[in-house]
Amino acid sequence: MKKIAIAILMAALVAGCQTTSTTAPVEDKSGTSATPGAGTPGASTSGTTAGGVQGSSTGANPLRDPNNILSKRSVYFEFDSFTVADQYKPIVEAHARYLTQNRNARVTLQGHADERGSREYNIALGQKRADAVKRMMTLMGVQEVIVETVSFGKEKPRNMGHDEAAWAENRRVDILYAGE
Amino acid sequence: MLRSLRLAFTVVTLLFLPFAARAQLTIEIVGGAGTAIPIAIVPFGGEASFPLGISGIVGADLARSGMFRLIGTDNVNPRPVRAEDVQSDVWRGRGADAVVVGSMQTLADGRVEVRFALMDVVKQSLLTAMTYTVTPAQFRLTAHRIADVIYEKLTGDRGVFSTRIAYITKAGARYQLLVADADGAEPQTIVTSNEPLLSPRWSPDGSRIAYVSFEQKKPVVYVQNLGTGGRQAVANFRGSNSAPAWSPDGRRLAVTLTKDGGSQLYVMNADGSNAQRVMTSNAIDTEAHFTPDGAALLFTSDRGGGPQIYRLNLGSGAVERLTFDGSYNVSPRPTPDGKGFVFVRRDGNRFMIASQDYATRQVQVLTSGPSDESPSVAPNSKLILYANESGGRGILAAVSSDGRVKQRLVSAGTDVREPAWGPYAN
Repeated sequence: MKKIAIAILMAALVAGCQTTSTTAPVEDKSGTSATPGAGTPGASTSGTTAGGVQGSSTGANPLRDPNNILSKRSVYFEFDSFTVADQYKPIVEAHARYLTQNRNARVTLQGHADERGSREYNIALGQKRADAVKRMMTLMGVQEVIVETVSFGKEKPRNMGHDEAAWAENRRVDILYAGE
Repeated sequence: MLRSLRLAFTVVTLLFLPFAARAQLTIEIVGGAGTAIPIAIVPFGGEASFPLGISGIVGADLARSGMFRLIGTDNVNPRPVRAEDVQSDVWRGRGADAVVVGSMQTLADGRVEVRFALMDVVKQSLLTAMTYTVTPAQFRLTAHRIADVIYEKLTGDRGVFSTRIAYITKAGARYQLLVADADGAEPQTIVTSNEPLLSPRWSPDGSRIAYVSFEQKKPVVYVQNLGTGGRQAVANFRGSNSAPAWSPDGRRLAVTLTKDGGSQLYVMNADGSNAQRVMTSNAIDTEAHFTPDGAALLFTSDRGGGPQIYRLNLGSGAVERLTFDGSYNVSPRPTPDGKGFVFVRRDGNRFMIASQDYATRQVQVLTSGPSDESPSVAPNSKLILYANESGGRGILAAVSSDGRVKQRLVSAGTDVREPAWGPYAN
């Protein structure tokens, strides 16, 4: 009961900021953002509302629809950080809602770390990030059993570079749905 | 580190093998011991009739260790073959302290009798003489064994030339786990995958290797039998399964599992049964390794904020922090001699290999970084194999436990990482 209350509360919070929420361009720390005027948060929301999640009367898969926030699959982390930054919360919340509404959906949260340091310790760091995203989802009412958290450590960098911008892209959690 | 930097780095490239095998590692010495022992390895009598001789491999092994300096053997007539043929004054004149002579002779059954003798020409005494009866396929191993004997007689430490190493290569998106002789010869691929491979660990008897594979899109721990090639997923629980480490008796594995939340330490039977959590914390606990007596685990934990190295007493459950200097100390590897451990420490943005003594708590930084990782200690505790980067590519390197001798293991074209030094062959 308490969980549901929290879920409703959080959903309300999400809905409240939906129109201004950022879609959190993944490139925003790498300096290669395709969106001009980087630094204006919420620059490209393009009407991605909660309604889009449930609507889909056209039969389009909301998870694949580039205009749907559910197509955003990566949450990025600051150096040595394991908390979901505000700008990525709408993404996590949208997926959490989708998971509560689509009971057959199963998701894997894949944690990643930047290239610095021990490979095994980085597996644990990526795991800690994936667990942080999972915790946020379960607080919103997502069943624990449908979310598996795993880590690739530093083994699968998204950006092969060796600078701060590349590392920022590699400290992330990727959201993958079963069957994808 | 300072001491090693002060050494004059003489680069000696020893291409002791033809470029036959693919992805083979070749070893270069990039820094030698201050006082290398001058030794003459005289070509063995009868050796010329065998394509792969013995004395050349023995000499290459000893020179590569950085503990020996080879003295030329040209123009010595007659060439000594037996200990009694060695004229000490001739070799003293050439600057040698020790001389190795030997012979190879085919027997009636086709096998070959290999004899060698090691002379101390300073004291004019015979240090050892041995005879091996082997097949030509065993020449290389025999040479490494002879080098082991010579190394032990002259340095007091057991040689590791006849041991094997494992490592992982990455070429494009293709990952391979290979096993090779300690000198990089005879590489054999034991696993190929399109997903990352990690953390190979030899069983204490050298018959199996545990490793982490991502082929199921998540880390899963496998144990593979080197004789049969058969393998088993021993830790494939929900979440991540990683960081395997063998108990000294080879019957159990320590692993990091996340099945109960967080990265936590478990010990299981080597077949994967009966996984028991050995400790509960709300922090990251990983990279466990058994101490040589099997009584404790060294591991990495961020329970104090940044990652540091701790020791868990498996009997009492007591946990003790071992590293205090610096904000990032990871990847502990207890040395087989039981005196301390080797680890990776970060200093600024440099990751370096260091060692720490249990008794004195003294830390010695052995390498200069900047991206040194995954140390693996030789069974004689005298050499540490580790991974670093050169020219944007992963390579392997080795450093002696006193930081003086440095070697680089070079492979053409592929990224090499995650080295693991195998046990004594017995």
